[in-house]
Amino acid sequence: MAKNGDEHDEMKQHCFGTPGLWEERGVSRRDFLKFCTAMSAALALPVSLAPRIAEALESDSRPSVIWLEFQSCTGDTEALLRAANPTVGEIVLDVLSVDYAETIMAAAGHQAEEARLKTLKERSGKYIAVVEGAIPMKDNGVYCCVGGRSAVDIAREVCGGAMATITVGTCASYGGIPAASPNPTGAVGVKDAVPGATVINLPGCPVNTDNLVATVVHILTFGKLPATDSKGRPLFAYGKRIHDNCERRPHFDAGQYVEQWGDQAHRAGHCLYKMGCKGPETFHNCPTQRYNEKTNWPVGSGHGCAGCSEPHFWDTMTPFYRRLPNVPGFGVEATADKIGLGVAAATAAAFGIHGVVSALRKGDESDAGKEG
Amino acid sequence: MARNRSCLYEKYVWEVPVRLTHWVNVTAIIVLSVTGFYIGSPKTLGLVPADFVMGWVRVVHLTAGYAFAVSIASRIWWAFAGNRYAGWREFVPFVYPEGRRDMGRMFLYYLFLSRKVPHPTGHNALAGATYLLVFVLYLVMAGTGFALDAEHAPGGMMRVLLAPLYALFSNQGMRLTHHMGMWLLIAFAIHHIYSAWLMDVKERGGVMSSIFGGYKPVKRGE
Ligand code: HEM
Ligand code: HEM
Ligand code: SF4
Repeated sequence: MAKNGDEHDEMKQHCFGTPGLWEERGVSRRDFLKFCTAMSAALALPVSLAPRIAEALESDSRPSVIWLEFQSCTGDTEALLRAANPTVGEIVLDVLSVDYAETIMAAAGHQAEEARLKTLKERSGKYIAVVEGAIPMKDNGVYCCVGGRSAVDIAREVCGGAMATITVGTCASYGGIPAASPNPTGAVGVKDAVPGATVINLPGCPVNTDNLVATVVHILTFGKLPATDSKGRPLFAYGKRIHDNCERRPHFDAGQYVEQWGDQAHRAGHCLYKMGCKGPETFHNCPTQRYNEKTNWPVGSGHGCAGCSEPHFWDTMTPFYRRLPNVPGFGVEATADKIGLGVAAATAAAFGIHGVVSALRKGDESDAGKEG
Repeated sequence: MARNRSCLYEKYVWEVPVRLTHWVNVTAIIVLSVTGFYIGSPKTLGLVPADFVMGWVRVVHLTAGYAFAVSIASRIWWAFAGNRYAGWREFVPFVYPEGRRDMGRMFLYYLFLSRKVPHPTGHNALAGATYLLVFVLYLVMAGTGFALDAEHAPGGMMRVLLAPLYALFSNQGMRLTHHMGMWLLIAFAIHHIYSAWLMDVKERGGVMSSIFGGYKPVKRGE
């Protein structure tokens, strides 16, 4: 008798636990446990903690979530929603009670704002705030208003009263693209706008949904935020340098570089260092966790790392297709080496002429000891 | 004339640590510039992925970098422990009037506005002040170099020790600084070797050989 997968899973259910919340949502017990194990791996925890994660996710304390959207392109929401299949990760966010999220909530207008206020009041200090997009500070924050209130005003209220604020994407974390020079609206990240808030930064363009889910799972399981680096990013996801986990790294060490888009080396998957890859200075788990259900990541698909997850992204990481930034005060075509060579050549020329004049010049007297 | 010559004697000016660190630095800078140039704009020299061209270049660069750093530290120590010609005062002539006067004289000579070539026993004042800039450049190169290397281990000791540098520079700014520093050192080397030659010819004080042997001919009673 050939049993198909579903029947097999059903058997397991009966063996390993009561069908609950997850089964109701169409997630088999097996997939659920697989997910818990994957989460323990993503969080760099021992596998033995997987049951604890499962336990935490099965309890029915649904933390409320308020998802705020400011100066953003909605890319992070998109990343979350556009997964090909409903993922377990999505359902974790479902398990959270998302009380307010402009893009996905059913309520609108004053009704929606009421929902937000209700959560704020009833669950003060217990809800999680998720922020997407930068917050403009200039001119009292008039450059981004929702329901007649400025972003910074809303953020102060919502993030200030939250158990924790998770910033999704680089804009909410550090200001990102809205904060790029000349930053006309005075955009900043949440931590700068609301210094008192407990913030965990998940920069990236967009945020990797897996990391968002893992952070939420960590909070649900341990009741506290995961350990972070000096830029407020969780170490489990941002603790390793891209360059050190990159599948093209052997080509870097070997000395095999792409010189031009589409050349032989590019097609052979060689290192993108010369094409401006910023991997040697960027921290994210893209090479291992990858995007869209582990399908791929930029360097994997042949484009250098743009450094999207670092503070001051854009201003310091451009030009994307050059290794070094432009030298301030010189035109864009002047590379560091051209300028350097110019300095050296000018020195050589100046002292060369000096040498000729000196050699022709007679009658210099030295007060040295030696006599000619 | 004969009387003058008889009054000359060989004075021991550059002690061993000064000469040793000078030549260690020169060697290190040459090695660091050649390897650094490759790190900055590499050519495809690896034929198969199992090669280790960039790997070895970086090993050599880092090894030379450590030698360079030890040498710089030794020279700084000797600026306090060595003789007066090695001392730190030689590098800040602009803080005392005599030094300012000597710098001015040397500058006028360089501009062909004076025919008198000053001949001090130690560094000439202008050179001393220039070396201060060069030592600062050395420190910048070593600091940014170690910081670039420490980047891969955010929790590491080196990374923690160099924390102020990461606050001072953006990631890319640090690379650019390290890169441009090389060109400034190359420009300095061109000027420096030329000046050593010029002074050797014009001062007739044997400055060129002094950095090898340590002795300079000096008038008695000086
Ligand atoms: C006079 C001294 C030095 C010179 C001329 C020099 C030159 C260079 C150059 C030109 C580069 C390429 C920079 C780029 O384009 O990104 C480089 C990279 C590097 N240097 Fe040096 N360097 C010197 C000293 C040091 C020292 C003391 C260290 C510390 C151990 C060091 C560590 C490094 C590292 C780790 C890199 C690789 C940076 C990266 O990952 O992009 N350098 N060096
Ligand atoms: C063939 C190569 C070189 C020769 C013949 C040479 C010669 C000399 C001489 C004669 C002095 C001492 C006299 C004085 O100017 O006061 C000196 C000092 C110095 N040189 Fe060079 N030099 C060479 C290469 C370099 C290079 C490549 C650098 C660095 C880029 C360098 C950096 C220095 C520094 C910093 C001092 C001061 C030394 C101290 O007081 O510790 N030299 N050199
Ligand atoms: S492609 Fe980028 S991250 Fe990968 S090895 Fe090359 S430089 Fe490093």
